[in-house]
Amino acid sequence: MNKILEINNLAVSFKTFFGEVEAVRDISFYVGKQETVAIVGESGCGKSVTANSIMQLLPMPPAYFKAGEIKFDGENLITKTEKEMQKVRGNRISMIFQDPMTSLNPTMKIGQQIIEGLINHQGLSREEAKKRAIEALELVSVPQPEKRIEQYPHEFSGGMRQRVMIALAMVSNPQLLIADEPTTALDVTVQAQILDLMKDIQEKLGMSIILITHDLGVVADMSDRVVVMYAGQIVEQGLTDEIFKNTSHPYTKKLLASVPSLDMNKDEALLSIDGTPPDLYIPPKGCAFYDRCDYAMKICKDHMPQFTEHSSTHISRCWLNHPMSKDAKGSEV
Amino acid sequence: MQEPLISVKNLRKFFNVGNGNKLKAVDGISFDIFHGETFGLVGESGCGKSTAGRTLTRLYDATEGEVIFNGKNIFNLSRHDMADVRKNLQMIFQDPYASLNPRMTVADIVAEPLEIHRVYKSEKEKNARVVELLELVGLNEEHAMRFPHEFSGGQRQRVGIARALALNPKFIVCDEPISALDVSIQAQVVNLLKELQDKLGLTYLFIAHDLSMVRYISDRVGVMYLGHMMELAESEELYDNPLHPYTKALLSAIPIPNPDIQRNKKRIMLDGDVPSPINPKEGCRFVDRCSYAIDKCRQVTPIFQEQEPGHYAACHRIGEI
Amino acid sequence: MMNNIDFKPELFEKADKSNQNADKIHRPSIKYWPDVWRRLKQNKLAMLGLTLIIVMAIMSFVGTYMSGYAYFEQHLDMTNQKPNSAFWFGSDELGRDMFTRVWFGARYSLAIGVIAALIDFLIGVIYGGVAGMASRRVDSIMMRLAEIIYSIPYLLVVILLSVVLQTEGGGSSMFVIILAMSLTGWVPMAILVRGQVLQLKETEYSLASESLGAGKGWILRKHIIPNTLGPILVNVTLTIPRAIFAEATLGFLGLGLQAPKSSLGTLANDGLAGLAVGNTYQILIPAILISLIMFSFNVLGDGLRDSLDPRLRK
Repeated sequence: MNKILEINNLAVSFKTFFGEVEAVRDISFYVGKQETVAIVGESGCGKSVTANSIMQLLPMPPAYFKAGEIKFDGENLITKTEKEMQKVRGNRISMIFQDPMTSLNPTMKIGQQIIEGLINHQGLSREEAKKRAIEALELVSVPQPEKRIEQYPHEFSGGMRQRVMIALAMVSNPQLLIADEPTTALDVTVQAQILDLMKDIQEKLGMSIILITHDLGVVADMSDRVVVMYAGQIVEQGLTDEIFKNTSHPYTKKLLASVPSLDMNKDEALLSIDGTPPDLYIPPKGCAFYDRCDYAMKICKDHMPQFTEHSSTHISRCWLNHPMSKDAKGSEV
Repeated sequence: MQEPLISVKNLRKFFNVGNGNKLKAVDGISFDIFHGETFGLVGESGCGKSTAGRTLTRLYDATEGEVIFNGKNIFNLSRHDMADVRKNLQMIFQDPYASLNPRMTVADIVAEPLEIHRVYKSEKEKNARVVELLELVGLNEEHAMRFPHEFSGGQRQRVGIARALALNPKFIVCDEPISALDVSIQAQVVNLLKELQDKLGLTYLFIAHDLSMVRYISDRVGVMYLGHMMELAESEELYDNPLHPYTKALLSAIPIPNPDIQRNKKRIMLDGDVPSPINPKEGCRFVDRCSYAIDKCRQVTPIFQEQEPGHYAACHRIGEI
Repeated sequence: MMNNIDFKPELFEKADKSNQNADKIHRPSIKYWPDVWRRLKQNKLAMLGLTLIIVMAIMSFVGTYMSGYAYFEQHLDMTNQKPNSAFWFGSDELGRDMFTRVWFGARYSLAIGVIAALIDFLIGVIYGGVAGMASRRVDSIMMRLAEIIYSIPYLLVVILLSVVLQTEGGGSSMFVIILAMSLTGWVPMAILVRGQVLQLKETEYSLASESLGAGKGWILRKHIIPNTLGPILVNVTLTIPRAIFAEATLGFLGLGLQAPKSSLGTLANDGLAGLAVGNTYQILIPAILISLIMFSFNVLGDGLRDSLDPRLRK
């Protein structure tokens, strides 16, 4: 498998008034060519920090790389200078965000924003850049692109703006697209269109996607593999089918059980997880899910669980996988 | 036939947006809500569901139409009578980060309705009630002295619920109460709402855009689009047997967290975005995005009427599609 | 990693979490104003300003007794002396001790500045609060009225008032000066407060309060004003130097406090005469003091503004 992106033992912390906040604690995963990897988790789990770390968009200070490497196409991005990163951003790795209104410059015409990137990164002439911009808008199904190139962001609807964001991100043929909750703010019918569009473009350009979301339905629809994060760590990762059908970690199980789906029986109870995720200002010594886990054992409190391999692609981090836990009480999960 | 708790008749709410343009947020909806039920109101942005919820509690005055509670139209009540009715019509808001005053302690926030209506004479009684309310939503006394920013989204929402319960209301409008929360916390809050409903005999109007959640919690569901009610039915019936083209498209667009089902799903794709509710044209509001539209749809607004027992819809071509 | 743990079977027994509270909050409580103070302390310049203000305030009382001379004591044999051991700031043309007079003047200047700012605050908050909560038409009318009032030059008002409220020996009393400045000076504060009210009126917690049955007055008092205190405080802190400077200008133009009472402005005016004959200290010292006061308040106000800005939290 050709790995476009490889993250090894990444740790990112923030210096705050209270002390160090360990936003990301030792995570490792990879993204292959033309693969879509979904990073799932709830607020504070570190998924956005991870995404922004890849692009080095975190304000440093107060953030800093505590450990690990981010290898993109073989090179470690963490060691790159700001100038070098500018050549990567918007060019080989692109990012789209949740709220297109704040990511687009409201005082600049749409066309201008696309053209700028092309001239800077690819050294195209204005003429060529304009042509490519129109092509990009066509690619994302914006009707009448020659006309709309001259318009401002506020003249577009939410869904259209997100398409423009995607066009902006696509125009340089990036190898990797990081999409941070791209459809969360959109209506569900528009979301369906945008997801289809992303799949379409991925095929056409052979691009890899990191999809950050908390919507498990979107995950089931779009992703090849899933990384589940909790409290700054990866608790489970594997192929999408494995995660949904062969769920291992108690958190993942609870997450799946707490989402109502259209095909479930109405009388089934919706399982919720009591309490809230731990504050990463004093991260727990042992398993971060201990407080909220129904199967917590004594060892879970003080000792960080190890990863267990369920298949060559599926791993999870839980003491329940340890051979001794099945002996102790036969408490098969 | 049971007497409804709240009866909405031809409710309209328009906003003037300058230059003589009218934003018709709610343009003629009628429905009843019965004791002890949860009525779900769904739709996408601009459909008017939030405005409907707020007009129902008279946070906005209606442009036209009536909301009948306890036999009287709330828009005709005097300020004094309305204040009394308000005790029974409460609201929970969407944004738990914005609906609590950041400068007030949790205790103050929950006690506010009690103070406004001067319910308790002694501080002690009032404080006891505050603690009671906090415990009802799963928080406790030690949380009372803290400020909103110290809590998570789910906890803040619970404070909002405690506040809404302070005056023992009969009816609560839940305006997108879980949209801003994490997935596992959404379940927490929804379960809490259900529990409280059983315990205290509450009636809910549950406004949301997450159809899966609405199906789960509601007894009956209404689907709005651009200020009009397109379909209304019991929740199972609506999801199993949608009649209106918009409902069908909406349901098929929801991604299901099950890879096998999701990958093999036949999706009804709608073109374009949700249009604006400013100066809408005659005829069916859905006509521009509907794949079954005929000329009649552009000229005559379909009537919202009972198509099957308990199942209402507004479409000229029911039964043909 | 596996080597460090001694895997005993007991470790795999179910944990007893009965004492656990998954909803516990671990961080210490941060209250609003203590946090603002903490952030302000980090700002060295603002702290310098605050210290200077406190020092000058103390001196304005203590300083008038320190040298032993009264502010009106004339020593016609020791006039126009440059600063020396007898007169630490020198003496003026009537032989009065500059040191005492300067601190006496500082007392008046500070008092006038603070009182004027406070009156601005009171009127401004009430007027702005009412306008912000009122209907659009009433708000419009109130704002137009305020603008008209503000366009009246306060100098004119001072002159008119001091003529109407005849004071002997020319000049004006403290009352007149404060009255004149307040008559028009409250408008910027009112505009600020009204703007804040309009914004905060739309917050969800104000809406929530309304849905609970609260009336406009309640919402204004309990929800809106407490949340505007930050910007208001900054404005008050920045109004004081403006008021002091305005008063100094009046004094400089001969419309200020009458002799032998003095404010820093009148002292500067008196000192003008001395400039021609080389007694620069007579104008320099009051001028420096005015500048110091204004600098201190401005720097404090800026620091306050920064420490109230949630985005700049460190």
